[in-house]
Amino acid sequence: MDLTAILQILESTIRMSTPLLFACLAGLYSERAGVIDMGLEGKMLAAAFAGAAAAAVTGSAAAGVLAGIGAALILSAIHGLASITFRGNQLISGVAINFFASGLTIVLGASWFGQGGQTPALSEGRLAQTPLLDLFGIEDSPLLELFLGHGTLVYVALAAVPFTWWLLYRTRFGLRLRAVGENPAAVDTAGVSVAQLRYAAVGITAVLCGLAGVYMSMGLNTSFQREMTAGRGYIALAALIFAKWKPVPALGACLLFGFLDAISIRFQNIDLNGIGIPVVIPGQFTNALPFILTVIILAGFVGKAIPPRAGGEPYVKER
Amino acid sequence: MTLMKSLLGASALLALGTVAALAEPAIIYDVGGKNDKSFNEAAFNGATKWATETGGTFKELEMQNEAQREQALRQLAESGANPIVMTGFAFGDTLGAVAPDYPDTKFAIIDMVVDQPNVKSVVFTEEQGSYLVGMMAGLASKTGTVGFIGGMDIPLIRKFGCGYAQGVMAANPEAKVVLNMTGTDGSAWNNPVKGAEIAKSQQSQGADVIYAAAGATGVGVLQAAADLKILSIGVDSNQNYIHPGSVLTSMLKRVDNAVYEAFKEGADLKAGINVMDLAAGGVDYAMDDNNAPLVTDDMKAKVEAAKAAIISGEVKVHDYMSDNTCPAAQF
Repeated sequence: MDLTAILQILESTIRMSTPLLFACLAGLYSERAGVIDMGLEGKMLAAAFAGAAAAAVTGSAAAGVLAGIGAALILSAIHGLASITFRGNQLISGVAINFFASGLTIVLGASWFGQGGQTPALSEGRLAQTPLLDLFGIEDSPLLELFLGHGTLVYVALAAVPFTWWLLYRTRFGLRLRAVGENPAAVDTAGVSVAQLRYAAVGITAVLCGLAGVYMSMGLNTSFQREMTAGRGYIALAALIFAKWKPVPALGACLLFGFLDAISIRFQNIDLNGIGIPVVIPGQFTNALPFILTVIILAGFVGKAIPPRAGGEPYVKER
Repeated sequence: MTLMKSLLGASALLALGTVAALAEPAIIYDVGGKNDKSFNEAAFNGATKWATETGGTFKELEMQNEAQREQALRQLAESGANPIVMTGFAFGDTLGAVAPDYPDTKFAIIDMVVDQPNVKSVVFTEEQGSYLVGMMAGLASKTGTVGFIGGMDIPLIRKFGCGYAQGVMAANPEAKVVLNMTGTDGSAWNNPVKGAEIAKSQQSQGADVIYAAAGATGVGVLQAAADLKILSIGVDSNQNYIHPGSVLTSMLKRVDNAVYEAFKEGADLKAGINVMDLAAGGVDYAMDDNNAPLVTDDMKAKVEAAKAAIISGEVKVHDYMSDNTCPAAQF
């Protein structure tokens, strides 16, 4: 394996990590505010569909991105209404959103475009693939491509990590957001609205899920395909637990999952004969690695992950 | 009185409708979805061709998940649809269990052999069609490395990959074939993001022609190949039009013909195994205006010669499913 191959695997890692990172940070905002969000997958799917559909109709990538975020916001509002205002079960609401998005995208897609739930392939409405390389006119430089050869949303995702850290740990809003996930009664006593804070968090979650979705349907691909998120929302939740609900470890966790994905893509069968071990690791194993890792993590082998204390519990104001 | 009359009229109409519906054929698409631009869409095209020619109507059903199969089959059989055609190997076990319960209904299954007196099993010699497109890939490749991206890792898809690798080797014995499968479960047919990523990975390993046999995942592969300005090969339906100038050719699997024939035979459907091979026009490679500039006369002549040799039996393409090994590739 040469240097170019390593660079290419790292490049692939970044591409595969980006949707996970968006979704993981999305879950972080929501869960840090005490609203468990199983519906990341559904929101990503809805955003992927709305983005690709709007971009296909208008021919504008910006319209697509806005539509994607809008779709995620609508689903988030439903989740918020169910779990914050009406104090419903957050897990059930999230799962319902996943089913809802999975069915609705196909039904709407089939009736609007008549392609069985797909959207038409984008040409001009697609997100730019390598805006920085085009800007500087760089060609054929694997090293620079690793750092500069990605779509804008990749950098947005990476920038969202320090921004989230700053927002959570260095601002008043962040302090209150964290507090509302740990001890909403204290926040309420201080005269700050618990519901408002939680709605704000759920709103940020929607924006990030929206970006994850449009990155998949308009950046990595040019059309929406049914169920195209393929379980990434759940992997993101696992990454969130792995990262113990902290932004910087979240980046690490998502890069790890992305790296495993990239490895399984690059090497179907890992032949260890080259280093003197007469074993060939089958592709099924490398494909299953992210899931095996998830089970190990969730079984608690990697330290203790303590969720925000008020997570999953609707806040009832004392009278 | 008038109300009574119209009610009677309505029920008479309904009864007529039911009688007409009795002879309706039905088609069930597999989880890839009716408009996958590939396998299931070919089946839909065959059914549509029958409908426009005869003016008849047909029932159709799309599987959303594995659990629906038996219910869907029984429901259609109970409704009197005849014959019932289903696409995909995954119906095999279900049909084997359901078919004996409806001895008067005829079934046809594509890509699988079900041994029942009222079932027609249509199988294709995908290895022969894949061999031809593999040859084309070997001839078109400048780097000497070509790629294959399968959907779910099942013997049927390995059969595609194996035939392809043999074709590549026939055209260029020095060539390298990079083989990848998208996954091991049903979502592997619907993961264009991963398909595109695998295509990028294969391109970085030198591949400049990539054959996708992966249902809707292939849409992502073809897109990535167009983005990377390399060639791709479509599957099942003619996919040359998706990215003109980038899709070298498509391995045609005439599922449309199989469905059309089954519908045409109607209730008199002949049970048994029906092998659609190269000689019978069951598989082929696609040539049209979209890929004409990509295929030189020399390439075409060589592939046509191979086609004739396979039909005459001079060249034997190894079928992976016959012994689960492949002489030309390692899975």
